[in-house]
Amino acid sequence: MKDKKKAEKIIFKTEKEVPLMPMSLGSMLYNKTGAWRNIRPVIDLGNCIQCGICWKYCPDVAIYIENEFPVVDLEYCKGCGICAEECPTKCIAMVEEEK
Amino acid sequence: MKKEKTMKLSLPTDELMSSGHLACQGCAATLAMRYVLKALGQKTALCIPACCWSVIDGPFPYSSLDVPIFHCAFETAASSASGLKAGLEMVGDTETTVVAWAGDGGTFDIGIQALSGAAERNDDIIYICYDNEAYMNTGIQRSSATPLGAWTTTTPVKHFKNRPKKDIDAIMAAHRIPYQATANTSYPEDLYKKAKKAKDIKGTRFLHIYAPCPTGWKSRPEDSIKLGRMVVQNCIFPLYEVEDGEKYTLNIKPREKKPINDYFRLQGRFRHLKDEDLKLIQEEVDRNWERLLKKVEIGGQQP
Repeated sequence: MKDKKKAEKIIFKTEKEVPLMPMSLGSMLYNKTGAWRNIRPVIDLGNCIQCGICWKYCPDVAIYIENEFPVVDLEYCKGCGICAEECPTKCIAMVEEEK
Repeated sequence: MKKEKTMKLSLPTDELMSSGHLACQGCAATLAMRYVLKALGQKTALCIPACCWSVIDGPFPYSSLDVPIFHCAFETAASSASGLKAGLEMVGDTETTVVAWAGDGGTFDIGIQALSGAAERNDDIIYICYDNEAYMNTGIQRSSATPLGAWTTTTPVKHFKNRPKKDIDAIMAAHRIPYQATANTSYPEDLYKKAKKAKDIKGTRFLHIYAPCPTGWKSRPEDSIKLGRMVVQNCIFPLYEVEDGEKYTLNIKPREKKPINDYFRLQGRFRHLKDEDLKLIQEEVDRNWERLLKKVEIGGQQP
C-alpha cells in the first residue's frame, strides 16, 4: 500500500523532454511536508483502543495502520493536531519538535 | 500492549489521495476529497476550476490524486464536466463517473450559470461544492457563501458582511434535480454514504460539503473537526438530502439545539461581534431551521 508509487522529483533537462500535452507524470509524494511541522504527534499505544479515528480524520493521510495499530508517517505529518484533539482516550500527545 | 481486539474501520482503506499535497495544516477540503474518492473509486474523472484544490493538487508534472484531473476555467466547472461526460459517451465509456469539484466561489458566484445550465439539461455529472465560506485561495475575499457578520479582507471589521449566506441548496432544489445532499467532513460515514448513493443515480447530482478552513476562519487547525460537528449540532448547517427537488430527508436531528455562541467564539473571523449581533444571528438560524423542518414535514420523512 505504502510503496505503490515512486516519490521522486522529475527534472526536464532540455525543452524537448517536456511532453506536448501537459499531463501529470509523477506523484506529489516527493514533497516531504514533514518539514512544515512545529509539533509532532506521539501515540501511546498502551492506551490505544484501536478505534481508527486518528486514521480517519488525518487530512494528510499520514497515519497508516500497521499490525492493527496506528503509526504516524513523520515524513508527511504537518502537525495540525487533529488526531490529538479527536482521540477518544487522549493517548496522542503533541510534542514540540527539536531542531 | 493488548492485542485481542481487532481493528474495525468505518471506511475502506484504499487511498486515492496521497500525502505530500500542498494544503494548509488542518484543511478539511482535503478530507472531503479523500472521503469522496473512497466512495467513487478509481473510475472517476475530475474537473477542477480555480479553487483551493487546483493548488493543493500540486504544480505541473505532479499530482497528489490517482484519478485524472482536468483543470478548467473558473466559471466552467459544470459545463466542462458535461462536455467530458459527452465525450466519454461518444467513445463508449459509460462507467466513468464525471465529477465537477468546485469551491464555494466557483459554485455560488462565478460558476452558477454553468451549474444551472447543466442542472436544467440534467447532464449525467456529480457536482460537488466544498464550502469554506470565502475565496480562501486568493486571500480570503468575501463570497456569497460568507455568513452574516464574518470578517474577510474585503469586508473588514468596521464593515463586516451584513447579508446572509446564499441558500444554494434551495436554488438547486428549484431545478428539480434527481439527488442533492448536504454533507460535512466531521461526519465521514454520512458523507461516504451520500457519495456512494450519488454514484448510482443517473442525472445531475449535487453535493454541498461543509469544509472548515483554519487559515481563513482564524481558528486553530486542530479545531477543524470540532467546528464541523458544532455547526450541525446548532443547526446552522443541517445535514439533509433532497430527491427530485421535493422529497426532503433530514439525516441528523440534534437532540437539543445548542446555542451558536460556542461556535462563533472559536473563530477569529467573528471576534468583533457583540452579544446583540449574535442574538440577531441566532434568530436568523432559528428561522432557517424552522423553514427546513416545514419542508421535511411536507415532502419527506424524519429520522
